[in-house]
Amino acid sequence: MRIGKFKLNHYINYIVIGILTLVLSVMTFTGSRFDNSLLFLLEKMAISIILAVSLSLVVGFLGELSLGHAGFMCVGAYLGGKVAVLLAPALGNGILTLLISLLAGAAVAALCGVIIGIPALRLRGDYLAIVTLAFGEIVKSLFMNSSDESFGGTLGLDTPRFDKKYLFIIAFVLVLITLAVVQNYIRSKHGRAVTAIRDNEIAARATGINVTKYKLLTFILSAAFAGIAGVLYSFSNYTVQSIKFGYNYSIEILVMVVLGGMGNINGSIVAAALITWLNTWLPTKLTGDLAVLQNLLYALILIVIVIYNNAPALKSFRDRYNLGNLINKVLKPKADPSHIKDDKAKWDVVPTKISMDEILSIDMKQQSGPDPEQKGGKR
Amino acid sequence: MSEYVLETKNLGISFGGLKAAQDVNIRIKKNQLYGLIGPNGAGKTTIFNLLTCVYKPTTGTFYLDGEEMKGQTPHRINQKGIARTFQNIRLFNNMTVVRNVMVGLHNNPEYKCSVLESVLRLPRHFKMEKAMRERAKELLRIFDLEQERNSLACNLPYGKQRKLEIARALATNPKLLLLDEPAAGMNPHETEDLARTIRFIRDHFDMTILLIEHDMGFVSELCDELTVLSFGTVLAQGDTKDVLQDPEVIKAYIGG
Amino acid sequence: MEEILSTLINGLSLGGIYAMIALGYTMVYGIAKMLNFAHGDIIMVGGYLIYVFMATKNPLIAILLAVVGCVILGVTIEKIAYKPLRGASPLAVLITAIGVSYMLQSLAQIIFGSATQMVTVYEFGAVKLMGATVQISSLVTLGVTVAVMLALTLFVKFTRLGRAMIAVSEDRDAAQLMGINVNGIITITFAIGSALAALAGLFYLLKAPAVSGTMGAMPGIKAFTAAVIGGIGSIPGAMLGGILLGMVECISYKITAIAPYTDAIEFSILILILLVRPTGFLGKKRREKV
Repeated sequence: MRIGKFKLNHYINYIVIGILTLVLSVMTFTGSRFDNSLLFLLEKMAISIILAVSLSLVVGFLGELSLGHAGFMCVGAYLGGKVAVLLAPALGNGILTLLISLLAGAAVAALCGVIIGIPALRLRGDYLAIVTLAFGEIVKSLFMNSSDESFGGTLGLDTPRFDKKYLFIIAFVLVLITLAVVQNYIRSKHGRAVTAIRDNEIAARATGINVTKYKLLTFILSAAFAGIAGVLYSFSNYTVQSIKFGYNYSIEILVMVVLGGMGNINGSIVAAALITWLNTWLPTKLTGDLAVLQNLLYALILIVIVIYNNAPALKSFRDRYNLGNLINKVLKPKADPSHIKDDKAKWDVVPTKISMDEILSIDMKQQSGPDPEQKGGKR
Repeated sequence: MSEYVLETKNLGISFGGLKAAQDVNIRIKKNQLYGLIGPNGAGKTTIFNLLTCVYKPTTGTFYLDGEEMKGQTPHRINQKGIARTFQNIRLFNNMTVVRNVMVGLHNNPEYKCSVLESVLRLPRHFKMEKAMRERAKELLRIFDLEQERNSLACNLPYGKQRKLEIARALATNPKLLLLDEPAAGMNPHETEDLARTIRFIRDHFDMTILLIEHDMGFVSELCDELTVLSFGTVLAQGDTKDVLQDPEVIKAYIGG
Repeated sequence: MEEILSTLINGLSLGGIYAMIALGYTMVYGIAKMLNFAHGDIIMVGGYLIYVFMATKNPLIAILLAVVGCVILGVTIEKIAYKPLRGASPLAVLITAIGVSYMLQSLAQIIFGSATQMVTVYEFGAVKLMGATVQISSLVTLGVTVAVMLALTLFVKFTRLGRAMIAVSEDRDAAQLMGINVNGIITITFAIGSALAALAGLFYLLKAPAVSGTMGAMPGIKAFTAAVIGGIGSIPGAMLGGILLGMVECISYKITAIAPYTDAIEFSILILILLVRPTGFLGKKRREKV
């Protein structure tokens, strides 16, 4: 929707979260007392939103899969937490300590993003997924086996207690900052380059886009925000335990991104809030072995949504019952001129002809042949 | 500044034992419309892949405006001034038409804007975005695509997708434009329209164009000079008229 | 000396299990061009099926039924979850596979409970070999894996079906034009991979007689690591990578100082291999089509 030059759907998430933050902080400062469990839930939601939005950057916009998001978060949580522990005696449990540890956590997570990104981004997407997964496991294992003095080993690291009354406000401000950075990045020429890489990497290269640079930059940005979420987590929970940041947590963040619709930031926000709420509400209903039903639900969400959104056979069905299209139909009854102009059906057969040509031409056969640099005959 | 925009010297590549292209010497003068023809499997697209550094040549090298280009990366070669289209169209399908072209403008120094400037939304960002959009619209107008600028690239009809690919390549402001079978799959009416557009690009942008084509009528009408490839080697080379009357070429095409 | 020998044999046998799983990964990756994340969980299903069918008191029948069950499951997953996505982006397929993996794990926990179940398939006993005590089951594992690898290599090289598989892995579209039933080939690949996973499940039970819902997750990831080390798509590569990784794991466990970091070491090897030789030891480079 457009009101003059102002695009409402571009800013709706700032407005909603901004108003929510404002109202809650005014209430806090005028002396309203919130239930501790509510505060905790709000913090958790903020953390989840930061995680989902930052993962969406990699999965939705870059089109690569990272299964180590919890790993980056873990690094941020431990390092940020440790910095806070070291600074608290000198600077107190105030905002300054918090800010410095947030920066430290983000920086170290970003550094890990560089270390993991450089080898992985040169490779096919599947490898990135497995390398990030491996990274998550390595990080978990390293912190779990750390000495008691450094990071607390299996018991975890206790962090200074920041006033619960104000922590969620900071968390929500961080959500707004994350949104601003991620959305401004995506809605710029750089973000356009990133989506171009997602849509067609070869064409992006041929159009002069430095693919490695943008992949790495996007990956680092995503890791840095995961680190920030980690630091928030360490303050919200008073303690960091590496066991929490396993593969399952990474999957949970992925579920948020997929449920929200890949590449849809507003969707990711809603899905993150919803799943976080489900995570606190479902365990009260499902106990014992039934608790696993929650995982089953997430698994089904992943499978059903991805198949529905991506199966080539369902394309016509999707186009017909697409929510956006339906809204458009109601708002502007006239069809898009590009659809009626030119005879579309006639050209539908052409791509087959092209791919036939390709198969017959020599260029195709070379693809699977031995590499020119590798001297010697076929296998 | 060299006399030739593109000059290849003994350019060749082999895959294992197979020589996909060998001893290819092509010289293209500024503002020329140059055709690369040959039967299927002659290695035409391979030459394009060599010129855009997708493949590394096994022998020889090539020069753009006298500067050696061998060993560059595909995105660097584009920044140096060689842009291309693809035989099997490669658009950014989930982006709008105008954004496809704006990606082409990405490296243009006129629209420079750092990541930090964009993220902090400094005035420069807005200025550049606006300028890029205007420039993209201008390019789209040339290709008669302005009306469709806000539809997704994948929703364009086939002929317009081909045009959009050319518009995107032109947006990168190249010295040399490589067109890989631009008329493939077009009807005679669209082909005629395309020939007009290509000529217009040459004149209006002062462009040098190398194109691969199957349609002989299209080639003979459009190109000043030709190179005919067959099984990776140059069969004939020279003025379009002479080459098309060469008995060797006729034999290769009609089969003998 | 005895300790070194028994560590080596343990390493070989663990490597055999990894190789068995890696073979399935490699074949599916080579032919269907997808990373089947749920492959590791088929091992777990195999383990549970053996556990259930051991009610017959006959290990051979239990194993046979488990293999059949896993094949049916593998093919069903392929048909329902992966086939509709053929032609879609690799990212979509990958996420679906993760979903399937997660679903199998949670289903197993719902059906069998989250507690670990004990099941003894068969007691092979142990022998003394040059002073070291060696479990016969280790030797059986190793023997069966080598036999399976040889059989698969011969199958792929010398049968019509095997050559059709190579054709599909080289170029799916061209293979289809040559009259090869690509969907059929992919189904068969999944069937073979799942059968191998069931056998891997059996070997796990021979090594440690316990089944749980998440027993397949870690071995699955490690076996993928093995497949990458050996070179994805290569059958002997899977064997080589599996054995190598099994050795590293067993040796690392024996050295007290680094024992807790064993997983981290194995995954670091994966990242290092991808950094210096992304095609693994025996893999070949693929070129993207332009």
